[in-house]
Amino acid sequence: MDGFPILSLITFLPIVGLVIVLSLPKEKAQTVRITTLVITSIQVILAVILLANYNYGLAGINDPNSFQFVEKFRWIEIPGISWIGTIKIDYFLGVDGLSMPMVLLTALITFIATLSSWKIDKSVKGYFALFLLLDTAMMGVFVSLDFFLFYVFWELMLLPMYFLIGIWGGPRKEYAAIKFFIYTLVGSVFMLLVMIGLYFSTKEILPDGSSAYTFNMLAMMNPHNYVSTGILSPLNPSNLRFIAYIALFAGFAIKIPMFPFHTWLPDAHVEAPTPISVILAGVLLKMGTYGILRISFPIFPNITRELMWYIALFGMINIIYGALVALAQKDFKKLIAYSSVSHMGYVLLGMASLTSVGINGAVFQMFNHGTITAMLFLSVGVIYDRAHTRGIYEFGGLANQMPVYTGFVTVAFFAAIGLPSMSGFISEAMVFLGSFGTEVIRTLAIISTLGILLGAAYMLWTLQRIFFGKLNEKWANLPDLDLREYVMLVPLAIVVIFLGIYPSAMLNIMNTSVKHLVDFLAVNAHHISTTISAL
Amino acid sequence: MLVVGLTHYLVLSAFLFSLGLYGIVTRKNAIMVLMGIELMLNAANINFVAFSRYGNYGIGGQLAALFVIILAAAEAAIALAIVLNIYKTFANVDVDDINNLKE
Amino acid sequence: MSEITLVNLSLIILLLPIIGFTVVIFFGKRFFKIFWFEIAMIGIAFVLASIILFVRLTTYVDAAPIVFQFTWINFGNLPLLGHLTIDLGVKIDNMAAIMMVVVTLISFLVHIYSLGYMKGDPRFTRYYSYLGIFSFSMLGIVLTHNLLMMYIFWELVGLSSYLLIGFWYEKKSAADAGKKAFLTNRVGDIGMFLGILILFTNYHTFTFDTIFHSIAGGHLPFDSGAWLTATGILLFMGAVGKSAQFPLHVWLPDAMEGPTPVSALIHAATMVAAGVYMIARIFPMLTADALLVIALVGGFTSFLAATIAITQNDIKKVLAYSTISQLGYMVMAMGVGAYAYGFFHLVTHAWFKALLFLGSGSVIQAMHHEQDIREMGGLRKKLPITYYTFLTATLAISGVPFFSGFLSKDGLLLGTYAFASLTGHVLIPIFGFTVVILTAFYMFRLVIITFHGEPRNIEKYNHAHESPKVMTIPLIVLAVLSFFFWYTGNPFSGESGWFISKWIHTPHSVVPDSLRFNFMRSTAEASAHLENAHEVITHSPMYMEALHHSHYPAMIISILFAGLGILLAYVIYQWKKVDPDKLAERYSWLYKFSLNKWYFDELYQATFVAGTLGLGKVLAWFDTYIVDGIVNGTAWVTRKVSEFSGLFDTYVVDGLVNFTAFFSGFVGLGLKKIQTGRVQTYVVFAVLSILILLLILRPF
Repeated sequence: MDGFPILSLITFLPIVGLVIVLSLPKEKAQTVRITTLVITSIQVILAVILLANYNYGLAGINDPNSFQFVEKFRWIEIPGISWIGTIKIDYFLGVDGLSMPMVLLTALITFIATLSSWKIDKSVKGYFALFLLLDTAMMGVFVSLDFFLFYVFWELMLLPMYFLIGIWGGPRKEYAAIKFFIYTLVGSVFMLLVMIGLYFSTKEILPDGSSAYTFNMLAMMNPHNYVSTGILSPLNPSNLRFIAYIALFAGFAIKIPMFPFHTWLPDAHVEAPTPISVILAGVLLKMGTYGILRISFPIFPNITRELMWYIALFGMINIIYGALVALAQKDFKKLIAYSSVSHMGYVLLGMASLTSVGINGAVFQMFNHGTITAMLFLSVGVIYDRAHTRGIYEFGGLANQMPVYTGFVTVAFFAAIGLPSMSGFISEAMVFLGSFGTEVIRTLAIISTLGILLGAAYMLWTLQRIFFGKLNEKWANLPDLDLREYVMLVPLAIVVIFLGIYPSAMLNIMNTSVKHLVDFLAVNAHHISTTISAL
Repeated sequence: MLVVGLTHYLVLSAFLFSLGLYGIVTRKNAIMVLMGIELMLNAANINFVAFSRYGNYGIGGQLAALFVIILAAAEAAIALAIVLNIYKTFANVDVDDINNLKE
Repeated sequence: MSEITLVNLSLIILLLPIIGFTVVIFFGKRFFKIFWFEIAMIGIAFVLASIILFVRLTTYVDAAPIVFQFTWINFGNLPLLGHLTIDLGVKIDNMAAIMMVVVTLISFLVHIYSLGYMKGDPRFTRYYSYLGIFSFSMLGIVLTHNLLMMYIFWELVGLSSYLLIGFWYEKKSAADAGKKAFLTNRVGDIGMFLGILILFTNYHTFTFDTIFHSIAGGHLPFDSGAWLTATGILLFMGAVGKSAQFPLHVWLPDAMEGPTPVSALIHAATMVAAGVYMIARIFPMLTADALLVIALVGGFTSFLAATIAITQNDIKKVLAYSTISQLGYMVMAMGVGAYAYGFFHLVTHAWFKALLFLGSGSVIQAMHHEQDIREMGGLRKKLPITYYTFLTATLAISGVPFFSGFLSKDGLLLGTYAFASLTGHVLIPIFGFTVVILTAFYMFRLVIITFHGEPRNIEKYNHAHESPKVMTIPLIVLAVLSFFFWYTGNPFSGESGWFISKWIHTPHSVVPDSLRFNFMRSTAEASAHLENAHEVITHSPMYMEALHHSHYPAMIISILFAGLGILLAYVIYQWKKVDPDKLAERYSWLYKFSLNKWYFDELYQATFVAGTLGLGKVLAWFDTYIVDGIVNGTAWVTRKVSEFSGLFDTYVVDGLVNFTAFFSGFVGLGLKKIQTGRVQTYVVFAVLSILILLLILRPF
């Protein structure tokens, strides 16, 4: 694979699709759909090729030499601006154990979402064009190693998402789309400020021996690269670094979404069309936690260590609060949305443990939540397509009417509950093993176990309200799943169960990197703390 | 004994300049105005040559005077052509009456 | 047969039912009568399990457990922890081998029985697939050599229990019951999970033997004996849920909404006993305090359930409370250190309680799905096979000599008696012996009302008929298994039988001496063997003596009390010397208290269920109006600010611009006067300007 720009290919392939889609005449809706499907399936194949060539033994994280499929060249270079010096921005892509699962997830979920988009018939061309743009942006976020590039993709994602919700959404789509857009934009602003602050605090030694300010994340992770006068340098005695950490974290937290920044999520989900909900919950939410692991943690190891209790606290609040609020929902989709809030709490809790087991669990939970929640939202979509309502109390007794559908929903629900033999269990268990093992956050971990119970409560109650009991005559004509819906749900169900039985398939990918991350954090947190105290 | 010095030239030049200026300001006939301009240009020429002669500036002043003479010739040619055209259009060369661009 | 063959066999046994499940659930619609595949699978599993048991009890009876493990997840070398792996594996000792046979045989019998009982059900094939997944999960619990795998299968039996309780989900009560069972179990599971977390955090493994070894080596969780006790109690919480012990016992009676064969298999014989089995597995690490808690919970549960059972009128509810009560016995036995008898009772109870449920299923089928015993009566003549097998089981559960129940029950009561005499906790044997009377009473009450006397509902009685052979043969098999001769040669002494003396050995406690009961402290001789965690315990002479002294008193009291209970039942219900209705009226407070199950359901409904739902509603309100309100409020404020800035823009900023334009226009109007269009004027101005400039810039 040496030299072949597979990451660029997987990232920008949808742009090729976008061009094709835009050049097709408006009437050829079916061709547009098929083009998108072909593009996303090639993406899945590329992801599999990536996996097949992936070296499980390389760590990545802060070491440019152990990233894989690296592509790096100068993207923007403006020489000699007086007080800034040379501005240079790299086009720097690469994957390691943190991003590899996310790349796989993005490819899979986008493919499934394409299938799920089949029935969209309002300006099909525009929809799929935006959809493909979104695809590129998501993939780009997960493979970029240059902060500037990362930020570009991060922002690029907003635009198509805004239109996809705002045009193809439900009754309150404008409200939801604007709320989503502005909320996320606020986060991005924080991120931008921190990014620029970091830029002016880090200097990278160039191959020709000179040094220049850099957006390279890996360079930012190395404390030796900081200019002593830089505003975000660890050597700077001011507390700006601390504030920067909080700002950056808030930027990511909005995306996760972390309590109390989560209220855009239910609105966005309820209004978004099914495939967009699938992508939103399946991939977009992961960007927040991915960003924390990729950027916040390694760049600010000492502050991470100081704040781990608070991160875990918010994780705990997400778990319990999300579950309790879900319990009170009457809208099926809103319930699933709040269950996402709850499940993303496990990711926060796991990463706050700063142990190998806990962070492995967190990354694994990110992947599993992607697949499981995708199943859940697809299930909501299936019933909404047929009944045009999502009120939990309006259903009942569907088990006999739609037995196969019931089977899939049961699998998805139990996976979400964390039933052993399904992937969700492994990641939740690992999150708890990790967080309980860390003394600082042990109490929080203990309280969080209540989430296991509450999760089961709202899921089983919903299962009962929708599928059990007497069939409402109104729904006596609902057909069971069709072939397309099978093709959407079966791969996800297989992944969920396969990873529940053989989790090593995924854990081995991330383990080396996570282990390295934990070591790196411990060593650097110590290093920076001693440097600071020496000042 | 009266030695003709720089001052004399300058006085002469000032006299000529004022004369020209007076002509420009008071005469209504365009031709007379042009003659006033010629006077002023020549006043300047006298200055140039005088400074060139008495100052320590090399022959730059005399060159400038030559340049001005050429310029004045060109100017006179163009200006007379314009005056001629004005006369053809308005049958008059009074500068006060040629105010069609006003308002 | 070599050890590895046994391991392979056990893995095959484990996989057979899940293969059955997979085949039946996926091909159920395509192939006619595919459920026979599942029955065949469990049949083969039973045969293989018998082979393992035979080999284990002949070749390996005193040998160490056969352990096989493999790495499931490998974390590699971690700082501070060293090489961390998560292993799965099986452990085959005598107890596991016996349990495998119990599970596969009862499962097999239930599979056969269901051919008759479930006949005509629209989801017949799916029923068999669920039985398959249950058998798989239960065997997993039996075979596991580590806590994680136990937890995994623990949850999976929870799932199959959920699916089977709610099998007739069209009924709201059934769906409710399934949910209640799952959630109640989860409460216990949280405790168990926390226990597992504590152990993993300290020992970085889930494997029982490795953990025991570390504890024996003096490494306590967080270096504290209190934590060890806490761990034991937390793990026990899992058993409280699964084995329906107080205070989580409320789900089991409701679970009777499931099909009756399922109640027999899952909610009487096997799954609910998993809790006891788990206590047996973790027994070596339980401290004195933990054991005392276990004994008290078990004793109280058995008493509580027995008092409820005496007034219930639903045949399955009576049996359900009886199950809870008997499970309480087993738990209590584990708590007082009568380990072998606890397990012994688990096995004997499995047979006779499965028999009772299957018998009740036969009755219910005959009565056209009538479960109220007040509608029955006189069925003895109509259902002879059912009656005699049911009676056998009743005698067994009541603790009448010559039946298996007497042996195990007597043994564990003896254990409580000895325990009380050594530690002074007399409440435990008081519970134990009171329950003997109550058990004999409510069981015979059930038999008499159902089978004896005159029919109360003539129409239903006339239509009743004995069940088909597929249902009666399992009854007969189970009845035969309820006699004493499977376990001992002496019908009055379980102690001398091979089950207690040869097959089941109490494992050595690994807890530091200071945390043990006096009587369990290790002797010097035993300490020398600490290396082997599976080493047989040599009880201190003090304990042996106490047992010896207690033997006859305990047995005599036990037999007398059982007889008393039976006599009372006969007096009231058979000979009608006392009118039960009048009794109920006279002690109406007590009667209602018992009939309403001590109001536990109402209490939990009002507190936990309503509390959680209410909290959920409050938080949802909070979320919509406060959290989101702040967001929308911020948006509102921003909008207002922008409106204000809009006004500012229109009137101030733009006003300034317009003013500038206006001002320039105004000034221009004035200045235009000097724009005469006359060259002369301009020249004058120019000259004047130059003069002024010269004046200003004059160099002198």
